[in-house]
Amino acid sequence: MAIFLQNLVNSLQWGSFYALIALGYSMVYSILMLFNFAHGDIFMVGGYIGVGVSFGLLALSSSGILAIPNWLILVLTILFSMFLTSFVGMIVERVGYRPLRNAPRASAAITGLMIGIILETGNLILLGARRVSFPSLIETATYDLGGVFVTNKKIMIVAVSLLLTLALHQFIRRTKWGMAMRAMAFDFVAVPLMGVPVNKVIALTFGIGSALAAAAGILFGIAYPVLDPYMGVLFGWKAFVAAILGGRGSILGATLAGFLLGFTEIFVAMIFPSTLRDLIAYSIILLILTFRPHGFFGEPYSARLRL
Amino acid sequence: MPILEVRNMSHDFGGLRAVQNYSLDLEPGQIRGLIGPNGAGKTTIFNLLTGIYVPTEGEVMLNGTRINGLPAHRIASMGISRTFQNLLLWRHMTVLEHVKMARYSKIRYGLAGAFFGTPKRKREEAEIAERSYGLLEMMGIRHLADQVVLNLPYGAQRRVEMARALATEPRILLLDEPTAGMNPEELVQIMEIVRKVHKDFGLAILLIEHRLKVVMELCHKIQTVNFGELIAEGTPEEIQNDPKVIDAYLGKENVG
Repeated sequence: MAIFLQNLVNSLQWGSFYALIALGYSMVYSILMLFNFAHGDIFMVGGYIGVGVSFGLLALSSSGILAIPNWLILVLTILFSMFLTSFVGMIVERVGYRPLRNAPRASAAITGLMIGIILETGNLILLGARRVSFPSLIETATYDLGGVFVTNKKIMIVAVSLLLTLALHQFIRRTKWGMAMRAMAFDFVAVPLMGVPVNKVIALTFGIGSALAAAAGILFGIAYPVLDPYMGVLFGWKAFVAAILGGRGSILGATLAGFLLGFTEIFVAMIFPSTLRDLIAYSIILLILTFRPHGFFGEPYSARLRL
Repeated sequence: MPILEVRNMSHDFGGLRAVQNYSLDLEPGQIRGLIGPNGAGKTTIFNLLTGIYVPTEGEVMLNGTRINGLPAHRIASMGISRTFQNLLLWRHMTVLEHVKMARYSKIRYGLAGAFFGTPKRKREEAEIAERSYGLLEMMGIRHLADQVVLNLPYGAQRRVEMARALATEPRILLLDEPTAGMNPEELVQIMEIVRKVHKDFGLAILLIEHRLKVVMELCHKIQTVNFGELIAEGTPEEIQNDPKVIDAYLGKENVG
Protein backbone atom coordinates (compact mmCIF):
# COMPACT_ATOMS: atom_id res chain seq x y z
CA MET A 1 0.00 0.00 0.00
CA ALA A 2 2.76 2.42 0.90
CA ILE A 3 4.51 1.66 -2.37
CA PHE A 4 1.32 2.30 -4.27
CA LEU A 5 0.77 5.64 -2.52
CA GLN A 6 4.40 6.58 -3.04
CA ASN A 7 4.06 5.98 -6.75
CA LEU A 8 0.82 7.87 -6.80
CA VAL A 9 2.59 10.90 -5.35
CA ASN A 10 5.40 10.55 -7.86
CA SER A 11 3.04 10.24 -10.78
CA LEU A 12 1.12 13.33 -9.71
CA GLN A 13 4.35 15.29 -10.06
CA TRP A 14 5.28 13.60 -13.33
CA GLY A 15 1.81 14.14 -14.76
CA SER A 16 1.92 17.84 -13.86
CA PHE A 17 4.56 18.46 -16.51
CA TYR A 18 2.60 16.63 -19.18
CA ALA A 19 -0.62 18.37 -18.23
CA LEU A 20 0.87 21.86 -18.39
CA ILE A 21 2.49 21.26 -21.78
CA ALA A 22 -0.57 19.49 -23.17
CA LEU A 23 -2.72 22.56 -22.47
CA GLY A 24 -0.70 24.61 -24.95
CA TYR A 25 -1.03 21.96 -27.65
CA SER A 26 -4.71 21.65 -27.06
CA MET A 27 -5.51 25.37 -27.07
CA VAL A 28 -3.72 26.02 -30.35
CA TYR A 29 -5.19 22.91 -31.94
CA SER A 30 -8.70 23.84 -30.95
CA ILE A 31 -8.70 27.21 -32.65
CA LEU A 32 -6.38 26.63 -35.63
CA MET A 33 -6.67 22.87 -36.18
CA LEU A 34 -2.90 22.96 -36.10
CA PHE A 35 -0.43 21.09 -33.94
CA ASN A 36 2.35 23.36 -32.87
CA PHE A 37 5.15 20.81 -33.00
CA ALA A 38 7.62 23.38 -31.69
CA HIS A 39 5.75 23.40 -28.39
CA GLY A 40 7.96 20.81 -26.68
CA ASP A 41 10.97 22.94 -27.48
CA ILE A 42 9.24 26.00 -26.09
CA PHE A 43 9.02 24.03 -22.84
CA MET A 44 12.80 23.64 -23.07
CA VAL A 45 13.33 27.32 -23.87
CA GLY A 46 11.10 28.21 -20.92
CA GLY A 47 13.27 26.09 -18.63
CA TYR A 48 16.42 27.82 -19.86
CA ILE A 49 14.87 31.26 -19.56
CA GLY A 50 13.96 30.25 -16.01
CA VAL A 51 17.61 29.41 -15.30
CA GLY A 52 18.70 32.77 -16.67
CA VAL A 53 16.10 34.73 -14.77
CA SER A 54 16.75 32.95 -11.49
CA PHE A 55 20.53 33.43 -11.71
CA GLY A 56 19.94 37.05 -12.55
CA LEU A 57 17.66 37.54 -9.57
CA LEU A 58 20.09 35.63 -7.31
CA ALA A 59 22.92 37.91 -8.41
CA LEU A 60 20.80 40.98 -7.73
CA SER A 61 19.81 39.59 -4.38
CA SER A 62 23.31 38.66 -3.22
CA SER A 63 24.76 41.97 -4.34
CA GLY A 64 22.24 43.64 -2.10
CA ILE A 65 20.56 45.71 -4.80
CA LEU A 66 17.34 43.77 -4.38
CA ALA A 67 17.53 41.82 -1.18
CA ILE A 68 14.69 39.30 -1.37
CA PRO A 69 14.29 35.82 0.09
CA ASN A 70 14.79 32.78 -2.12
CA TRP A 71 11.14 31.74 -2.18
CA LEU A 72 10.26 35.13 -3.59
CA ILE A 73 12.99 34.71 -6.20
CA LEU A 74 11.32 31.47 -7.20
CA VAL A 75 7.90 33.08 -7.51
CA LEU A 76 9.33 35.96 -9.52
CA THR A 77 11.30 33.54 -11.69
CA ILE A 78 8.17 31.61 -12.57
CA LEU A 79 6.12 34.71 -13.36
CA PHE A 80 8.82 36.58 -15.23
CA SER A 81 9.90 33.54 -17.26
CA MET A 82 6.30 32.81 -18.21
CA PHE A 83 6.01 36.38 -19.38
CA LEU A 84 9.22 36.22 -21.45
CA THR A 85 8.47 32.80 -22.93
CA SER A 86 5.03 33.91 -24.03
CA PHE A 87 6.81 36.23 -26.45
CA VAL A 88 8.79 33.29 -27.82
CA GLY A 89 5.48 31.59 -28.56
CA MET A 90 4.02 34.70 -30.14
CA ILE A 91 7.11 35.19 -32.32
CA VAL A 92 6.90 31.56 -33.46
CA GLU A 93 3.28 32.14 -34.43
CA ARG A 94 3.97 35.41 -36.20
CA VAL A 95 7.02 34.23 -38.13
CA GLY A 96 6.29 30.54 -38.58
CA TYR A 97 2.58 29.95 -38.68
CA ARG A 98 0.74 33.10 -39.67
CA PRO A 99 2.16 33.18 -43.21
CA LEU A 100 0.88 29.60 -43.57
CA ARG A 101 -2.62 30.26 -42.22
CA ASN A 102 -4.24 29.18 -45.47
CA ALA A 103 -1.60 26.65 -46.52
CA PRO A 104 -2.17 22.91 -46.15
CA ARG A 105 -1.86 21.77 -42.54
CA ALA A 106 1.10 19.55 -43.46
CA SER A 107 3.16 22.64 -44.33
CA ALA A 108 2.47 24.09 -40.91
CA ALA A 109 3.35 20.80 -39.22
CA ILE A 110 6.71 20.67 -41.00
CA THR A 111 7.33 24.30 -40.13
CA GLY A 112 6.69 23.45 -36.50
CA LEU A 113 9.24 20.63 -36.56
CA MET A 114 11.77 22.95 -38.19
CA ILE A 115 11.22 25.68 -35.62
CA GLY A 116 11.79 23.03 -32.97
CA ILE A 117 15.14 22.11 -34.50
CA ILE A 118 16.08 25.78 -34.75
CA LEU A 119 15.33 26.28 -31.07
CA GLU A 120 17.35 23.20 -30.09
CA THR A 121 20.39 23.99 -32.21
CA GLY A 122 20.10 27.69 -31.43
CA ASN A 123 20.40 26.78 -27.80
CA LEU A 124 23.49 24.66 -28.55
CA ILE A 125 25.10 27.55 -30.42
CA LEU A 126 24.34 30.05 -27.67
CA LEU A 127 25.21 27.96 -24.63
CA GLY A 128 27.37 25.15 -25.99
CA ALA A 129 26.91 21.47 -25.31
CA ARG A 130 27.44 21.70 -21.56
CA ARG A 131 24.51 20.97 -19.37
CA VAL A 132 22.96 23.77 -17.41
CA SER A 133 21.73 23.35 -13.87
CA PHE A 134 18.80 25.02 -12.26
CA PRO A 135 19.88 26.80 -9.05
CA SER A 136 18.56 25.31 -5.87
CA LEU A 137 16.30 28.04 -4.56
CA ILE A 138 14.47 26.16 -1.86
CA GLU A 139 15.74 23.55 0.55
CA THR A 140 14.13 20.17 0.09
CA ALA A 141 12.07 19.19 3.08
CA THR A 142 10.79 15.63 3.24
CA TYR A 143 7.70 14.66 5.16
CA ASP A 144 7.11 11.07 6.16
CA LEU A 145 3.40 10.32 6.00
CA GLY A 146 3.31 6.77 7.29
CA GLY A 147 5.92 5.39 4.93
CA VAL A 148 5.00 7.66 2.03
CA PHE A 149 7.57 10.34 1.45
CA VAL A 150 6.38 13.68 0.21
CA THR A 151 8.70 16.60 -0.42
CA ASN A 152 7.79 20.25 -0.28
CA LYS A 153 8.92 20.53 -3.91
CA LYS A 154 6.49 17.87 -5.05
CA ILE A 155 3.64 19.55 -3.27
CA MET A 156 4.61 22.87 -4.78
CA ILE A 157 4.91 21.47 -8.31
CA VAL A 158 1.51 19.81 -8.22
CA ALA A 159 -0.10 22.81 -6.54
CA VAL A 160 1.34 25.34 -8.99
CA SER A 161 0.32 23.32 -12.02
CA LEU A 162 -3.22 22.84 -10.72
CA LEU A 163 -3.42 26.53 -9.88
CA LEU A 164 -2.33 27.52 -13.38
CA THR A 165 -4.80 25.10 -14.95
CA LEU A 166 -7.59 26.54 -12.85
CA ALA A 167 -6.54 30.07 -13.81
CA LEU A 168 -6.62 29.10 -17.48
CA HIS A 169 -10.05 27.58 -17.08
CA GLN A 170 -11.33 30.80 -15.52
CA PHE A 171 -9.65 32.84 -18.20
CA ILE A 172 -11.39 30.93 -20.96
CA ARG A 173 -14.72 31.00 -19.21
CA ARG A 174 -14.83 34.56 -17.98
CA THR A 175 -12.80 36.89 -20.21
CA LYS A 176 -13.76 38.18 -23.63
CA TRP A 177 -10.54 36.74 -25.05
CA GLY A 178 -11.45 33.32 -23.70
CA MET A 179 -14.92 33.67 -25.15
CA ALA A 180 -13.41 34.49 -28.55
CA MET A 181 -11.13 31.43 -28.28
CA ARG A 182 -14.11 29.20 -27.60
CA ALA A 183 -16.00 30.65 -30.52
CA MET A 184 -13.05 30.24 -32.88
CA ALA A 185 -12.88 26.58 -31.97
CA PHE A 186 -16.39 26.12 -33.39
CA ASP A 187 -16.36 28.45 -36.30
CA PHE A 188 -13.55 30.67 -37.37
CA VAL A 189 -15.19 32.69 -40.13
CA ALA A 190 -17.92 34.41 -38.17
CA VAL A 191 -15.64 35.57 -35.36
CA PRO A 192 -13.88 38.56 -37.02
CA LEU A 193 -17.28 39.77 -38.24
CA MET A 194 -18.18 40.37 -34.61
CA GLY A 195 -15.37 42.92 -34.45
CA VAL A 196 -12.89 40.47 -32.91
CA PRO A 197 -9.27 40.94 -34.01
CA VAL A 198 -8.58 37.25 -34.57
CA ASN A 199 -4.85 37.61 -35.11
CA LYS A 200 -4.49 39.13 -31.66
CA VAL A 201 -6.52 36.33 -30.12
CA ILE A 202 -4.40 33.72 -31.91
CA ALA A 203 -1.18 35.40 -30.76
CA LEU A 204 -2.58 35.46 -27.24
CA THR A 205 -3.37 31.75 -27.45
CA PHE A 206 0.20 30.95 -28.44
CA GLY A 207 1.45 33.29 -25.70
CA ILE A 208 -0.59 31.65 -22.97
CA GLY A 209 0.28 28.13 -24.13
CA SER A 210 3.96 29.03 -24.16
CA ALA A 211 3.77 30.63 -20.73
CA LEU A 212 2.29 27.41 -19.34
CA ALA A 213 5.05 25.41 -21.03
CA ALA A 214 7.60 27.74 -19.43
CA ALA A 215 6.04 27.11 -16.03
CA ALA A 216 6.36 23.38 -16.73
CA GLY A 217 10.01 23.91 -17.72
CA ILE A 218 10.82 25.68 -14.47
CA LEU A 219 8.94 23.18 -12.31
CA PHE A 220 10.80 20.42 -14.14
CA GLY A 221 14.05 22.25 -13.41
CA ILE A 222 13.16 22.33 -9.73
CA ALA A 223 12.53 18.58 -9.64
CA TYR A 224 15.33 17.54 -12.03
CA PRO A 225 17.84 20.40 -12.01
CA VAL A 226 19.89 19.40 -15.06
CA LEU A 227 18.59 20.84 -18.33
CA ASP A 228 19.69 19.96 -21.84
CA PRO A 229 18.67 21.34 -25.25
CA TYR A 230 16.84 18.17 -26.25
CA MET A 231 14.78 17.77 -23.11
CA GLY A 232 11.71 19.12 -24.88
CA VAL A 233 11.62 16.59 -27.68
CA LEU A 234 10.36 13.48 -25.93
CA PHE A 235 8.40 15.52 -23.40
CA GLY A 236 6.78 17.43 -26.20
CA TRP A 237 5.71 14.29 -28.01
CA LYS A 238 4.29 12.76 -24.89
CA ALA A 239 2.39 15.91 -23.98
CA PHE A 240 1.09 15.92 -27.54
CA VAL A 241 -0.27 12.44 -26.91
CA ALA A 242 -1.92 13.78 -23.76
CA ALA A 243 -3.54 16.60 -25.73
CA ILE A 244 -4.97 14.12 -28.24
CA LEU A 245 -6.11 11.84 -25.47
CA GLY A 246 -7.84 14.70 -23.67
CA GLY A 247 -9.84 15.73 -26.69
CA ARG A 248 -9.61 18.76 -28.90
CA GLY A 249 -9.50 22.02 -26.99
CA SER A 250 -10.58 20.55 -23.69
CA ILE A 251 -8.79 22.04 -20.69
CA LEU A 252 -10.14 19.39 -18.38
CA GLY A 253 -9.31 16.66 -20.90
CA ALA A 254 -5.72 17.77 -21.42
CA THR A 255 -5.16 18.01 -17.67
CA LEU A 256 -6.67 14.62 -16.90
CA ALA A 257 -4.85 12.98 -19.80
CA GLY A 258 -1.56 14.56 -18.67
CA PHE A 259 -1.97 13.06 -15.23
CA LEU A 260 -3.15 9.75 -16.67
CA LEU A 261 0.00 9.59 -18.76
CA GLY A 262 2.06 10.26 -15.65
CA PHE A 263 0.24 7.50 -13.76
CA THR A 264 0.58 5.01 -16.58
CA GLU A 265 4.28 5.58 -17.02
CA ILE A 266 5.11 5.41 -13.33
CA PHE A 267 2.94 2.40 -12.60
CA VAL A 268 4.17 0.48 -15.63
CA ALA A 269 7.69 1.14 -14.41
CA MET A 270 6.67 -0.12 -10.97
CA ILE A 271 5.55 -3.49 -12.34
CA PHE A 272 7.69 -4.05 -15.43
CA PRO A 273 11.38 -3.42 -16.14
CA SER A 274 11.74 0.32 -16.67
CA THR A 275 13.27 -0.14 -20.13
CA LEU A 276 9.86 -1.37 -21.27
CA ARG A 277 8.12 1.61 -19.70
CA ASP A 278 7.28 3.64 -22.80
CA LEU A 279 6.47 0.59 -24.90
CA ILE A 280 3.88 -0.70 -22.48
CA ALA A 281 2.57 2.69 -21.33
CA TYR A 282 1.96 3.92 -24.85
CA SER A 283 0.46 0.65 -25.97
CA ILE A 284 -2.14 1.21 -23.28
CA ILE A 285 -2.75 4.75 -24.56
CA LEU A 286 -3.03 3.42 -28.11
CA LEU A 287 -5.63 0.96 -26.92
CA ILE A 288 -7.65 3.74 -25.29
CA LEU A 289 -7.49 5.79 -28.47
CA THR A 290 -8.71 2.83 -30.49
CA PHE A 291 -11.94 2.95 -28.55
CA ARG A 292 -12.11 6.71 -28.14
CA PRO A 293 -10.40 8.13 -31.22
CA HIS A 294 -11.36 11.71 -30.41
CA GLY A 295 -10.15 11.51 -26.84
CA PHE A 296 -11.99 11.88 -23.57
CA PHE A 297 -13.81 15.13 -24.20
CA GLY A 298 -13.41 15.59 -27.93
CA GLU A 299 -16.26 15.05 -30.30
CA PRO A 300 -16.32 13.42 -33.71
CA TYR A 301 -16.52 16.72 -35.46
CA SER A 302 -14.12 19.00 -37.25
CA ALA A 303 -14.62 22.73 -37.36
CA ARG A 304 -14.98 24.45 -40.66
CA LEU A 305 -11.91 26.58 -41.02
CA ARG A 306 -12.71 28.29 -44.27
CA LEU A 307 -15.78 29.09 -46.28
CA MET B 1 -24.95 60.37 -50.53
CA PRO B 2 -24.90 56.56 -50.55
CA ILE B 3 -23.84 54.94 -47.27
CA LEU B 4 -22.15 52.10 -49.16
CA GLU B 5 -20.65 52.71 -52.55
CA VAL B 6 -18.98 50.01 -54.61
CA ARG B 7 -17.13 50.90 -57.79
CA ASN B 8 -16.17 48.28 -60.38
CA MET B 9 -15.32 45.59 -57.87
CA SER B 10 -13.84 42.38 -59.29
CA HIS B 11 -12.50 39.27 -57.66
CA ASP B 12 -10.47 36.33 -58.96
CA PHE B 13 -10.13 32.88 -57.45
CA GLY B 14 -6.94 31.72 -59.08
CA GLY B 15 -7.78 32.05 -62.76
CA LEU B 16 -11.52 32.21 -62.25
CA ARG B 17 -13.19 35.59 -62.24
CA ALA B 18 -15.92 35.18 -59.62
CA VAL B 19 -17.08 38.78 -59.56
CA GLN B 20 -16.76 41.15 -62.50
CA ASN B 21 -17.17 44.93 -62.33
CA TYR B 22 -19.78 44.93 -59.63
CA SER B 23 -21.06 48.34 -58.56
CA LEU B 24 -23.56 49.43 -55.94
CA ASP B 25 -25.00 52.61 -54.46
CA LEU B 26 -26.77 51.72 -51.26
CA GLU B 27 -28.69 54.66 -49.83
CA PRO B 28 -29.22 54.96 -46.06
CA GLY B 29 -32.38 53.21 -45.03
CA GLN B 30 -32.75 51.40 -48.32
CA ILE B 31 -33.49 47.70 -48.69
CA ARG B 32 -31.72 46.39 -51.75
CA GLY B 33 -32.24 42.90 -53.12
CA LEU B 34 -29.52 40.86 -54.74
CA ILE B 35 -30.80 37.99 -56.85
CA GLY B 36 -29.33 35.61 -59.35
CA PRO B 37 -28.95 31.91 -60.03
CA ASN B 38 -26.85 29.65 -57.82
CA GLY B 39 -23.14 30.25 -58.22
CA ALA B 40 -23.69 33.73 -59.65
CA GLY B 41 -21.32 35.23 -57.08
CA LYS B 42 -23.80 36.72 -54.62
CA THR B 43 -22.22 35.29 -51.49
CA THR B 44 -18.77 36.16 -52.83
CA ILE B 45 -19.93 39.77 -53.06
CA PHE B 46 -20.91 39.60 -49.37
CA ASN B 47 -17.53 38.12 -48.51
CA LEU B 48 -15.82 40.93 -50.38
CA LEU B 49 -17.88 43.64 -48.69
CA THR B 50 -17.23 42.24 -45.21
CA GLY B 51 -13.48 41.79 -45.66
CA ILE B 52 -13.40 37.99 -45.64
CA TYR B 53 -11.96 38.30 -49.16
CA VAL B 54 -10.08 41.32 -50.47
CA PRO B 55 -11.28 42.54 -53.89
CA THR B 56 -8.75 42.06 -56.70
CA GLU B 57 -9.90 45.30 -58.28
CA GLY B 58 -12.24 48.15 -57.52
CA GLU B 59 -13.25 50.19 -54.55
CA VAL B 60 -15.58 49.81 -51.60
CA MET B 61 -16.46 53.04 -49.80
CA LEU B 62 -18.35 53.13 -46.51
CA ASN B 63 -19.59 56.65 -45.82
CA GLY B 64 -16.90 57.97 -48.13
CA THR B 65 -14.08 55.97 -46.46
CA ARG B 66 -12.30 53.34 -48.47
CA ILE B 67 -12.64 50.00 -46.67
CA ASN B 68 -11.43 47.38 -49.12
CA GLY B 69 -8.23 45.80 -47.81
CA LEU B 70 -9.10 46.48 -44.17
CA PRO B 71 -9.24 43.43 -41.89
CA ALA B 72 -12.71 41.97 -41.36
CA HIS B 73 -12.93 42.98 -37.70
CA ARG B 74 -12.28 46.64 -38.57
CA ILE B 75 -14.96 46.64 -41.22
CA ALA B 76 -17.35 45.02 -38.76
CA SER B 77 -16.68 47.69 -36.17
CA MET B 78 -17.27 50.38 -38.81
CA GLY B 79 -20.84 49.23 -39.14
CA ILE B 80 -21.26 46.39 -41.62
CA SER B 81 -22.76 43.22 -40.25
CA ARG B 82 -24.08 40.07 -41.86
CA THR B 83 -25.72 36.70 -41.55
CA PHE B 84 -24.69 33.54 -43.36
CA GLN B 85 -26.52 31.32 -45.76
CA ASN B 86 -25.25 28.20 -44.02
CA LEU B 87 -25.58 29.35 -40.40
CA LEU B 88 -22.16 29.86 -38.86
CA LEU B 89 -22.95 29.53 -35.18
CA TRP B 90 -20.76 28.38 -32.32
CA ARG B 91 -22.41 25.10 -31.59
CA HIS B 92 -21.72 24.71 -27.91
CA MET B 93 -22.16 28.30 -26.85
CA THR B 94 -25.41 29.68 -25.52
CA VAL B 95 -27.69 32.08 -27.36
CA LEU B 96 -26.77 34.84 -24.92
CA GLU B 97 -23.07 34.23 -25.48
CA HIS B 98 -23.55 34.62 -29.20
CA VAL B 99 -25.00 38.05 -28.75
CA LYS B 100 -22.42 38.91 -26.11
CA MET B 101 -19.65 37.98 -28.51
CA ALA B 102 -20.83 40.74 -30.82
CA ARG B 103 -20.10 43.20 -28.01
CA TYR B 104 -16.46 42.08 -27.90
CA SER B 105 -14.89 45.41 -28.77
CA LYS B 106 -17.11 47.18 -26.25
CA ILE B 107 -16.14 44.95 -23.33
CA ARG B 108 -13.61 46.98 -21.40
CA TYR B 109 -13.02 44.94 -18.26
CA GLY B 110 -9.87 42.86 -18.34
CA LEU B 111 -8.25 40.16 -16.24
CA ALA B 112 -8.97 41.75 -12.88
CA GLY B 113 -12.61 42.14 -13.77
CA ALA B 114 -12.93 38.61 -15.05
CA PHE B 115 -11.26 37.01 -12.06
CA PHE B 116 -12.48 39.15 -9.19
CA GLY B 117 -15.83 40.43 -10.41
CA THR B 118 -15.08 44.14 -10.04
CA PRO B 119 -17.92 46.69 -10.07
CA LYS B 120 -16.84 47.60 -13.60
CA ARG B 121 -17.44 44.04 -14.75
CA LYS B 122 -20.81 43.93 -13.06
CA ARG B 123 -21.82 47.21 -14.64
CA GLU B 124 -20.70 46.16 -18.12
CA GLU B 125 -22.21 42.69 -17.84
CA ALA B 126 -25.52 44.20 -16.75
CA GLU B 127 -25.46 46.57 -19.70
CA ILE B 128 -24.63 43.75 -22.12
CA ALA B 129 -27.35 41.57 -20.68
CA GLU B 130 -29.93 44.33 -20.97
CA ARG B 131 -29.10 45.06 -24.61
CA SER B 132 -28.84 41.37 -25.45
CA TYR B 133 -32.18 40.49 -23.90
CA GLY B 134 -33.72 43.38 -25.79
CA LEU B 135 -32.49 41.97 -29.09
CA LEU B 136 -33.50 38.42 -28.21
CA GLU B 137 -36.94 39.71 -27.24
CA MET B 138 -37.23 41.38 -30.61
CA MET B 139 -36.33 38.13 -32.35
CA GLY B 140 -38.77 36.24 -30.17
CA ILE B 141 -36.10 33.98 -28.66
CA ARG B 142 -35.60 35.53 -25.25
CA HIS B 143 -36.80 32.38 -23.53
CA LEU B 144 -33.95 30.47 -25.21
CA ALA B 145 -31.19 32.77 -23.93
CA ASP B 146 -29.40 30.15 -21.87
CA GLN B 147 -29.80 27.29 -24.35
CA VAL B 148 -26.86 25.94 -26.31
CA VAL B 149 -27.53 26.70 -30.00
CA LEU B 150 -26.84 23.10 -31.01
CA ASN B 151 -30.18 22.08 -29.49
CA LEU B 152 -32.30 24.76 -31.15
CA PRO B 153 -34.57 24.23 -34.12
CA TYR B 154 -33.44 25.66 -37.41
CA GLY B 155 -35.73 28.66 -37.39
CA ALA B 156 -34.53 29.70 -33.95
CA GLN B 157 -30.90 29.36 -35.06
CA ARG B 158 -31.62 31.78 -37.91
CA ARG B 159 -32.95 34.25 -35.37
CA VAL B 160 -29.86 33.83 -33.20
CA GLU B 161 -27.74 34.75 -36.19
CA MET B 162 -29.86 37.79 -36.84
CA ALA B 163 -29.67 38.90 -33.19
CA ARG B 164 -25.92 38.42 -33.25
CA ALA B 165 -25.57 40.47 -36.42
CA LEU B 166 -27.62 43.30 -34.93
CA ALA B 167 -25.70 43.28 -31.65
CA THR B 168 -22.67 44.76 -33.40
CA GLU B 169 -24.79 47.89 -33.93
CA PRO B 170 -24.45 47.94 -37.70
CA ARG B 171 -25.60 50.65 -40.06
CA ILE B 172 -25.66 48.19 -42.92
CA LEU B 173 -26.98 44.67 -42.60
CA LEU B 174 -26.21 42.01 -45.18
CA LEU B 175 -28.65 39.11 -45.09
CA ASP B 176 -27.63 35.99 -46.98
CA GLU B 177 -30.80 34.01 -47.74
CA PRO B 178 -32.50 34.59 -44.41
CA THR B 179 -35.50 32.46 -45.38
CA ALA B 180 -33.58 29.45 -46.70
CA GLY B 181 -35.17 26.22 -45.52
CA MET B 182 -38.12 27.89 -43.86
CA ASN B 183 -41.78 26.95 -44.09
CA PRO B 184 -44.35 29.56 -45.25
CA GLU B 185 -45.30 30.47 -41.70
CA GLU B 186 -41.69 31.06 -40.62
CA LEU B 187 -41.16 32.95 -43.85
CA VAL B 188 -43.82 35.50 -42.94
CA GLN B 189 -42.32 35.86 -39.45
CA ILE B 190 -38.83 36.49 -40.80
CA MET B 191 -40.15 39.10 -43.23
CA GLU B 192 -41.85 40.80 -40.29
CA ILE B 193 -38.56 40.78 -38.39
CA VAL B 194 -36.64 42.23 -41.33
CA ARG B 195 -39.21 45.01 -41.68
CA LYS B 196 -39.07 45.70 -37.98
CA VAL B 197 -35.27 45.92 -37.66
CA HIS B 198 -35.19 48.04 -40.79
CA LYS B 199 -37.64 50.49 -39.26
CA ASP B 200 -36.42 50.43 -35.64
CA PHE B 201 -32.71 50.70 -36.38
CA GLY B 202 -32.95 52.70 -39.60
CA LEU B 203 -30.73 50.17 -41.31
CA ALA B 204 -29.68 49.92 -44.89
CA ILE B 205 -30.13 46.28 -45.88
CA LEU B 206 -28.65 44.25 -48.69
CA LEU B 207 -30.59 41.03 -49.12
CA ILE B 208 -29.67 37.89 -51.01
CA GLU B 209 -32.80 35.88 -51.56
CA HIS B 210 -34.04 33.16 -53.84
CA ARG B 211 -37.73 33.53 -53.18
CA LEU B 212 -38.86 36.28 -55.50
CA LYS B 213 -41.96 36.89 -53.40
CA VAL B 214 -39.79 37.96 -50.47
CA VAL B 215 -37.55 40.18 -52.59
CA MET B 216 -40.42 41.82 -54.42
CA GLU B 217 -42.24 42.60 -51.20
CA LEU B 218 -39.32 43.84 -49.12
CA CYS B 219 -36.96 45.59 -51.49
CA HIS B 220 -36.97 49.12 -52.80
CA LYS B 221 -34.58 48.21 -55.56
CA ILE B 222 -33.17 44.96 -56.90
CA GLN B 223 -29.94 43.96 -58.57
CA THR B 224 -29.57 40.81 -60.61
CA VAL B 225 -26.20 39.12 -61.06
CA ASN B 226 -25.24 36.25 -63.30
CA PHE B 227 -21.75 34.77 -63.79
CA GLY B 228 -20.39 37.38 -61.39
CA GLU B 229 -21.70 40.28 -63.42
CA LEU B 230 -24.48 42.75 -62.85
CA ILE B 231 -27.05 42.14 -65.59
CA ALA B 232 -29.96 44.25 -64.40
CA GLU B 233 -30.87 46.79 -61.76
CA GLY B 234 -34.18 48.46 -61.01
CA THR B 235 -37.39 48.52 -59.06
CA PRO B 236 -39.17 45.21 -58.42
CA GLU B 237 -41.54 45.86 -61.36
CA GLU B 238 -38.72 46.66 -63.75
CA ILE B 239 -36.79 43.56 -62.70
CA GLN B 240 -39.79 41.28 -63.01
CA ASN B 241 -40.25 42.28 -66.61
CA ASP B 242 -36.60 42.44 -67.64
CA PRO B 243 -35.93 39.87 -70.38
CA LYS B 244 -32.33 39.36 -69.23
CA VAL B 245 -33.50 38.46 -65.72
CA ILE B 246 -36.13 36.09 -67.02
CA ASP B 247 -33.43 34.61 -69.19
CA ALA B 248 -30.96 34.08 -66.36
CA TYR B 249 -33.59 32.64 -64.07
CA LEU B 250 -35.69 30.59 -66.41
CA GLY B 251 -33.37 30.02 -69.34
CA LYS B 252 -34.41 30.52 -72.98
CA GLU B 253 -38.01 29.86 -73.75
CA ASN B 254 -37.46 26.31 -74.91
CA VAL B 255 -35.76 25.32 -71.65
CA GLY B 256 -37.44 24.29 -68.40
